[in-house]
Amino acid sequence: MKRNRKPAEIIIYVGLIFWMIINLFPVYWMFTFSLKSNAEIFGENVIGLPHEWRWSNYTSALNTGNMPRYFFNSAVVAIATILITLVVALMATFALTRLVWKQKKNLNKFFMLGLTIPIHASIVPVYVTLSRLHLLNTYWALIIPYSAFSLSMAILVCTGFMNEIPRELDESACIDGCSVWGIFLRIIVPLMKPAVATVGIYTFLQCWNELMFANIFISKSSLRTLPVGVQALSGQYTTEWGPIGAALVLATFPTLFIYIFLSKKIQESFIAGAIKG
Amino acid sequence: MNVMYSKKRHILIFLLPALILFCGVLIAPIGVSAYFSLFDWNGFGAKTFIGLSNYRELFTSNAIGFIKALRNSLLLAALSVFLQLPLALGLALVLGRKVKGERVFLSVYFMPVLISTVVIGQLWLKIYNPEYGILNVFLRSIGLDNLAKIWLGTKQTALGAVFVPVLWQYVGYHMLLMYAGVKSVPTELREAAMLDGASNWQIDRYIVLPYIKAILRVSVIFAVTGSLKSFDLIYVLTNGGPLHATEVPSTLMINMLFLRNRYGMGSTIAVLLIILCFAFALLIGAVFREEE
Repeated sequence: MKRNRKPAEIIIYVGLIFWMIINLFPVYWMFTFSLKSNAEIFGENVIGLPHEWRWSNYTSALNTGNMPRYFFNSAVVAIATILITLVVALMATFALTRLVWKQKKNLNKFFMLGLTIPIHASIVPVYVTLSRLHLLNTYWALIIPYSAFSLSMAILVCTGFMNEIPRELDESACIDGCSVWGIFLRIIVPLMKPAVATVGIYTFLQCWNELMFANIFISKSSLRTLPVGVQALSGQYTTEWGPIGAALVLATFPTLFIYIFLSKKIQESFIAGAIKG
Repeated sequence: MNVMYSKKRHILIFLLPALILFCGVLIAPIGVSAYFSLFDWNGFGAKTFIGLSNYRELFTSNAIGFIKALRNSLLLAALSVFLQLPLALGLALVLGRKVKGERVFLSVYFMPVLISTVVIGQLWLKIYNPEYGILNVFLRSIGLDNLAKIWLGTKQTALGAVFVPVLWQYVGYHMLLMYAGVKSVPTELREAAMLDGASNWQIDRYIVLPYIKAILRVSVIFAVTGSLKSFDLIYVLTNGGPLHATEVPSTLMINMLFLRNRYGMGSTIAVLLIILCFAFALLIGAVFREEE
């Protein structure tokens, strides 16, 4: 086993570190140019740390660009979507794992179709329906489709966790006189915290970054979500890179912040969403 | 308890919200899209039934350029399967060998997946900027001035320039899935092979790869269907231009719908995309099953 593996190992590390730099560099560059003046970005100091840290880029991104509003909109949409997805998915999973009826398996398979259906499928009909119901340019125009498209993955994850809760718990609760709702709300749901966290994180990232629906179903600028807002902002300030950089950092910061503390949980949620699809 | 758990009323109440949401937003629209695709319709006026004309026009009209868009996305799918996935697999296998700093590498490689594609797109727009972008600045600084190009604005380079970030962003995603698979290989299997004198490479080839086949299948399916559906980054970087050089079916669809108000044609593209995604998913599944 002790063959001389040193050179091979060094090559592997060089490769790993090289790929790490490729992945970190754009983010590093974004952070640094968000604090620079145009003069620095455009020649004096292209890739170094800023000579003069211009925090004013951030204030101008926040003041002129309506960023706080976009932030708020994205947060409202994400939180509402997570709540609806969780309630609906937990209820459905309860019926799919606990309640007794035929065709359970088939219905489960039916819900899993959602993992393959592209969002393009629904764009025209949903757009037409939303416009007839006068729901375009409301938060609902995003919350409803986002929840629907998060559902399959949520049911998939919840099924795994709910199957692991021993049925004896249901039985003893039933003997103690609990109703179906009592068992669901007081026994099952409190034990589903890990599933709730996984689904919550995954759904959050999906809606926080979604562009196609957000771009089409919302045209009013006061209701734009972050991705659309940042896109519009960059169109307005093509020559001022500093404030655009600041806006990009502000839009990315919450995700990266969560990632630093919950990297393992986030990675698990992505694995759970893909495997056994 | 079983009596209580088999009451029709309970079953219905627990399932109803999910069924309404799922069928209303995902399932029914497929049928409705297929129906719209048979009409000439501008979205608000009267619909004119034209049968399969939209489909015929899509495949024959050079003005729309659907074939070209489709070819672009199939090229992306091929690059994804033959460049992006092998790179992801290599990283996953290496990280699975318990290298030092495993967690750090893994977390950094996965990071681009979490960043909004708008942000990534805006960053790459700046990287490619002809005058001040770091790519051209770098090329000029090492004396290769003639290689500095208007990357996204020239027909010959735009497609390649768009594909680089698209492929780069999701390497980490596939790597993570494969890494999860590599880590699920029982350590006894690895140790037994090592005692028999197998090299790292042989262990990867004869033990790990067969073990993670199911995950490789998922990755290939995601890579191909993801390429067919790709939209966000291309929309931000070029929106299909210059002169349709980077057009993919999704950008074409959005174009038809919201610039030219051709809802029937937009629906036709949507239907074809759904069919293609399902067909490729089934095909790839079958190829992997054949191998077994």
